[in-house]
Amino acid sequence: MTKKVKDEILHDHNHDGIDRRGFLKCMAWAGTGALCVMQGGVLKSYSLSRMSDLDPAAAAGELSFVQISDSHMGFNKPANPDVAGTLKAAVDKINALPVAPEFLLHTGDISHLSKPEEFDNVDQILKSTGKDVFFVPGEHDVLNDDGKQFLERYGKGSKGSGWRSFDKKGVHFIGLVNVMNLKAGGLGTLGHEQLEWLEDDVKHLKSSTPIVVYAHIPLWAVYPEWGWGTEDSAQALAYLKKFGSVTVLNGHIHQTMQKVEGNVTFHTAASTAFPQPQPGKADSPGPMKVPAEQLRSVLGITNVNYVRGQHALAVVDSTLA
Amino acid sequence: MRRRVCVASMAVAILAAVVLLGTGTFGFTVQAQQAPATEVKIDNFSFGPATITVAAGTTVTWTNRDDIPHTVVADDKSFKSKVLDTDEKFSYTFSKPGTYPYFCSVHPKMTGKVVVQ
Repeated sequence: MTKKVKDEILHDHNHDGIDRRGFLKCMAWAGTGALCVMQGGVLKSYSLSRMSDLDPAAAAGELSFVQISDSHMGFNKPANPDVAGTLKAAVDKINALPVAPEFLLHTGDISHLSKPEEFDNVDQILKSTGKDVFFVPGEHDVLNDDGKQFLERYGKGSKGSGWRSFDKKGVHFIGLVNVMNLKAGGLGTLGHEQLEWLEDDVKHLKSSTPIVVYAHIPLWAVYPEWGWGTEDSAQALAYLKKFGSVTVLNGHIHQTMQKVEGNVTFHTAASTAFPQPQPGKADSPGPMKVPAEQLRSVLGITNVNYVRGQHALAVVDSTLA
Repeated sequence: MRRRVCVASMAVAILAAVVLLGTGTFGFTVQAQQAPATEVKIDNFSFGPATITVAAGTTVTWTNRDDIPHTVVADDKSFKSKVLDTDEKFSYTFSKPGTYPYFCSVHPKMTGKVVVQ
């Protein structure tokens, strides 16, 4: 790929050369973004703009899905007066992928004020992908009604406050809810009932089963001072310790971030609505205003690919620019 | 001689004021002027002031000046606002003395306290 569209490096930890082995052809579309591949438990990231040519024999990926997050439908302040427009741009991006995703994950804060018309609006916009969407709620989705509306709309097949698991092409997906019953001064919470369910859910799975966990608030302590963490996530991760490949996809912080701990890759997605400051870089984690022409470059989607036999899932962020 | 009279009349005035204030706490109309609504501003993911001290019977009003919605929820659930978008308000009258810690149920790291005397 010699075409250089927008040179935007989101993650470039290792400054390594390109390892073509196991490379996924569908990564070639993005002129922006970074490819993060975990091989043998070590995460390597490559800027896509540095790829001079790609191994055409590389598989297109057996399972491909997209994560979007934090659409905040109903938000209309200066940080982004048109969150419907930027969500539509995200959908356009998804529809333009050379390998269509099989389904979408939405990691919460679908709405801004839990209003019915906000949920309706998001559903309407996402319909044009023609794909199933699996949702977990954010704290903005369970206001005023203890999550009743979320369950009515998106809870079919789920348990408790909306947690669930399902399998696609041998990958086991687990959607967790960590925004209910938040306590004063606290962080996200999974709660006893959900943790018991999780323990039982994965008990009989082979340790070679790739696991993808998705939840709104990060399941690692990104920045507790701003509530960016989950109090009892260590217990959840203990139940997943036996698995060789665990990918955790979160939202809530409105920026991409990643961390690898043993066999677990943690990854947070950008918002499709507005960015938030990096940990500690502002007084508070509120909407961050950027010049209008830069807005779409700090919003984005996450594309995830799995190839059977490959140990890793490839997680690629790209912006809406 | 005049100075002693001055001091004496001042003392009477002060005494009268004290008596007036005293009667005020027993439900006279003067009470409305003695205990105005107290304001708490919500901005930048914090309650300001974080701790307020008010007299029993005071109505406290929270106003959200942040560009993100917040709520006001007592730790013991004795009061609970609906979600407040920018410029929306919530009021609660504290009739019993005590300490009332509260937080924002959307962003639980935001905490505040009302001390009622």
